[in-house]
Amino acid sequence: MQLTVWTYEGPPHVGAIRIATAMTDVHYVLHAPQGDTYADLLFTMIERRDQRTPVTYTTFQARDLGGDTAEIFQSACRDAHQRFQPAAMLVGASCTAELLQDNPAGLATALNLPIPVVPLELPSYQKKENWGASETFYRLARALLASRAQGYVRPERAAGTRPSCNLLGPTALGFRHRDDITEVTRLLAALGVDVNVVAPLGASAADLARLPDADFNISLYPEIADVTVRWLERTFRQPTVRIVPIGVGATTDFIAEVIKVAGLDPAVAERAIPSRLPWYSRSVDSTYLTGKRVFIFGDATHVIAAARIATEEMGFTVVGIGTYTREFAREVRELAGKLGVEALISEDYLEVEARIAELQPELVLGTQMERHIAKRLRIGCAVISAPVHVQDFPARYAPQMGFEGANVIFDTWIHPLMMGLEEHLIGMFRGDFEFSDSATPSHLGAGHGSHMATQTTPVVPDIAIPEPAPVAAATIPPAATGASIIWANEAELELKKIPFFVRGKARRNTERFAILQGLELITVDTLYDAKAHFGR
Amino acid sequence: MTAHTPINAASGCSEPVVQRQRGQHAVFCGLTGIIWMHRKIQDAFFLVVGSRTCAHLIQSAAGVMIFAEPRFATAIIEERDLAGLADAHEELDRVVDQLLSRRPDIRLLFLVGSCPSEVIKLDLSRAAQRLDKRFNPDCRVLSYSGSGIETTFTQGEDAALAAMVPSLPARAADSPASLLIVGALADVVEDQFRRIFTDLGIGDVAFFPPRRSTDLPAIGPGTRMLLAQPFLAETARLLEGRGATRLSAPFPLGVEGTSAWLGAAAAAFGIGQAAFDAATAAPRERAARAMERYRPQLAGKSIFFFPDSQLEAPLARFLANEAGMRIVEVGMPYLHRQHMAPDMGLLPAGTLITEGADVDQQLDRCRAARPDLVVCGLGLANPLEAEGLNTKWSIELVFTPIHGYEQAGDLAELFVRPFNRKQRLNVQLPAKAATHQTAAPTGGASCS
Repeated sequence: MQLTVWTYEGPPHVGAIRIATAMTDVHYVLHAPQGDTYADLLFTMIERRDQRTPVTYTTFQARDLGGDTAEIFQSACRDAHQRFQPAAMLVGASCTAELLQDNPAGLATALNLPIPVVPLELPSYQKKENWGASETFYRLARALLASRAQGYVRPERAAGTRPSCNLLGPTALGFRHRDDITEVTRLLAALGVDVNVVAPLGASAADLARLPDADFNISLYPEIADVTVRWLERTFRQPTVRIVPIGVGATTDFIAEVIKVAGLDPAVAERAIPSRLPWYSRSVDSTYLTGKRVFIFGDATHVIAAARIATEEMGFTVVGIGTYTREFAREVRELAGKLGVEALISEDYLEVEARIAELQPELVLGTQMERHIAKRLRIGCAVISAPVHVQDFPARYAPQMGFEGANVIFDTWIHPLMMGLEEHLIGMFRGDFEFSDSATPSHLGAGHGSHMATQTTPVVPDIAIPEPAPVAAATIPPAATGASIIWANEAELELKKIPFFVRGKARRNTERFAILQGLELITVDTLYDAKAHFGR
Repeated sequence: MTAHTPINAASGCSEPVVQRQRGQHAVFCGLTGIIWMHRKIQDAFFLVVGSRTCAHLIQSAAGVMIFAEPRFATAIIEERDLAGLADAHEELDRVVDQLLSRRPDIRLLFLVGSCPSEVIKLDLSRAAQRLDKRFNPDCRVLSYSGSGIETTFTQGEDAALAAMVPSLPARAADSPASLLIVGALADVVEDQFRRIFTDLGIGDVAFFPPRRSTDLPAIGPGTRMLLAQPFLAETARLLEGRGATRLSAPFPLGVEGTSAWLGAAAAAFGIGQAAFDAATAAPRERAARAMERYRPQLAGKSIFFFPDSQLEAPLARFLANEAGMRIVEVGMPYLHRQHMAPDMGLLPAGTLITEGADVDQQLDRCRAARPDLVVCGLGLANPLEAEGLNTKWSIELVFTPIHGYEQAGDLAELFVRPFNRKQRLNVQLPAKAATHQTAAPTGGASCS
C-alpha cells in the first residue's frame, strides 16, 4: 500500500477514456462500479467539452455482485452500440471490475457486434493514466490496421507529390494539445509537408486505418505515442521524427529532422515564421533573468524541453529537475546528470514539495501541483505540464510547440518574475518608505490605508517582527533554521532593509551560513559574510 | 422502462408517481462525502483504503488542490497487496503509523472502505478495532464504507455518522428531553438554528456531527432527533436503537420546510403556537421578503432533476410551493419512503419521481420535455448547455449553505442565476460550436 495525498496521474482506464474522448466515433464500454462516472467531469469541466464523454459505465452495485455482472456488461455493450452507433468499441474494466474477472474481452467478442471491438487489458494496480492512454492508442491502431499490416509493402512516393506525415499523441485532456496541433500543422505546411492524420485527437476510426498512407510519423507526445510509432515503424516502414518541438532550439532541430526525413531542400527551413524569443532574451531588460535558479517538474517530455529552454534560451540555472513519468525516468536521469543535478523521479507530491523547499529556487516550472506548492512557499511558478487544470485550457491560442509556442513560453515564464528595469529600480529605492512591505500600494491612494500611520510610527520597530507563520510547517522538512540561532537586534534591522521579496532568502542563507560556521549569534557582519559566501 | 411523459396535475392522484429503473447511474460514490465531512469535523482524518481511482476521484471532486496536506488521503492498494505478497493488515498498520506520526493533531481517524477493498473483503472494521486499541485515547479509529457498490454520493456521510453512533456517550434514561440535530450543516447555519431553539426555549440542543470529534453528544431515551439531511437512513436507525426518537418533518429548506421542521421540535417540546410564532416571526418574515425578489423569476418555469444528492425531493417541494416552478421529473439515487414522506406529501399531486434512473433514458426524457432548467451533475451540465438547455450544477446545492430561513433566498438565487446569466449574455455562439475541439486547419482529415 502506498500513502497518497494527491496523484499526478489517474488510473489507466482514465488514459483510455482520454483516447476515446479524443476521437470522433469510438465508444468505450467500461465495466466499473457506481461512482467511476466521476471521470466524465474531468472532460466536461476541465476541458469545457460540450459533449458527453463517449463512455458507458456498467455502474454495478453490491446487489449485482451476487447475480450476473457479466450479463450487465453485455447488455451495456449492446445498448451502447445501438444508441451511439460507434465505428469502433473499446471494452475493458476499471480497478474494481478487474477484481471480478468477468472477462470483458470474451463477453464483448461473444456479442458479434458488426464493428471492431478492441479489448483493453489495463492493470489498474500496476499502471497509471499515461500508460493506459498509450496502450489504448496502440491497441486501437493495431486493431484498425490489422488487415493492412499483413505483408505491407511501402510504395515509393510518386514524384512531384508533397511529403506527408501523421501527428501522433495528442489526446483529450492534454496539456495544450489543441493548440500544439495547429501550430505544428502550420509549421509543416510552411515547409511543404502535408498532415495525413492527426490522432487520436480529432481522428475517426477510419482515419486510423489511413495512418500508413503518410510518409513518416511525428511523435509529438512520446508518453502517448511512443509504443504506437515503434509498431508503425516496424510494420509499415514509416520513419519517425522524435524531436519534440518545444523551444526555439528544439523547433529548429525538429525542422531540420523533418527536412531530412521528408527529403526536402534545406532552404525551406527559412519559410517558418521565426520566434521573438531569441531577441527578447538578448534584449537588455532580460539581463535580470541571468542565473535565476529554477526547479522543473512535470511529465518527462515537457521537463526535458523546459530544461533546454531554461538553460540555453533563458539563461537560467537549473537547480533541480524531476518527473512523475516512470516510463521515461532514464531520459530524465541522463539529463539531470548533464545538468549536474539530481533527478527526482517520484509521484509523491510531498517529496516534490520537500525538494522545492530545500532548493529554494526563484522560479518553479511545474504542474498545477507545483503551482500550489510554490504559492505556499511564495515562489513564482509557471505551469509547463499536465496534470491539467481548467486554467490550462485558455480561450486564447496558446501553444507550447513551434516558434509561436516559444513566444508563449517566454511570456508565461517571465510573468511570475519581476521585469528587469522594475527590479533594478526597486533595488535602488528600497530605502524609501513606499517599499516598506507594510505600506499601502501607491495606486490605492492615501485615503485607502494606513499610509500616514506607517510614517508616524517608527518604520522599523526595535523588536523583531516575526516572519509570517511558516505555511504548512508539517510539510517542510526541518530546514537550516536552527532554533538555537539568535539574531542580534542590529542584524534583524539590517535584514529589514533588504527588499521584502528577497528577504526570506537572505534570512535562510544567513542562518544556513551561521550553522555552517557554528555561530549562535547572527550579527550584521554575519549577514554580509553570508552574502559574500553565497553570492546573489 | 420507456420514456414517460410527466403527468402532473392531469392524473388527479394525490401521491407522487414513483418509477424505478436499472441502467447506467451517473452518480458519485460515497467517498465524495469526505470533501465536506473533513471540513466539518476539524480534527478528523479520512484514510481511504482503495485504488488510484479512489484517490483520483476525491482529488477531482475536490476540484482543486487547495490544501497543503488535506485531512484525507488514500492508501493505494498495489499489485503486491493483491497477490498476497504483502499482508494487507500489516501494510495498513504501516500506513497508519506513517500518517499519524506526521499528523499528531488528528483525534479521529476514519478508515474508509472502497469498491476494491470491499471486493477483496479487506475487513476494515477489524483493522479499526486493532488500531483503535493502539492509538486510543490520543486518536480514535473508526471505519465505514464509502464504496460505490454500497453507497451513492451523500450516503457516505450517513455511513461515517453511523460509524460514530456506537461511541456516543449514553444519556441517563431519566434525564430531561434533549434535541439532537443530525446531519452536517454549515457552522453558520448551526448557529442560526441554535439561536432559534434558544428563543423557543429548547436549551439542550446538540449537533451531530460535532465540529470537534471529542465533543460527542450524549444519547438516550430522552433524545429527540431532527434530521437536517435527507440521506441519513442508517444513522437514524442506529440512533433510534440507542433510544432516540425521530421527529418526522419535511427537511428545512425554504420557509415552509424550515417552519415545519422547527415546528416538529416545538411540538415535541410542548411549545405553544404563540411562543413558536414569537421565536420565528422575524426570520420567517425576512426569508419571505428575500424570496419575493426571486419568485417572479422562477414562477411558471419548469425544472427537471437528475439524481445526485437525495436533496431532490425537498428541493422540488421548495421550488414548486415557494417559487411556483413546475416540476417535470425528480430523479433520486434511491428513495427512503419513510424519511421522505413529509416532503413527498407536500409535492404537487402526480409529480414524477424516478429512483435510480438510467442516465441515457433520462436524457431522452429531458430532451423531449425541454425544461426551462435542468439540475444535473457536472458530467452532463456542459453537454446540455451546448444543446441550449439551462442547467444548475447539483453539487453546488451540497456545498453551499442552503438550510434554514436565512438561506431561503440564497437557495432560490442559485436557481435564478442560470436565467440571470442567460439574460445578460448577448454574445452568439458560432454556428458550429466545436469550442473544445482542435482549431487545426486539418483536424483528423487530409490536408491536401
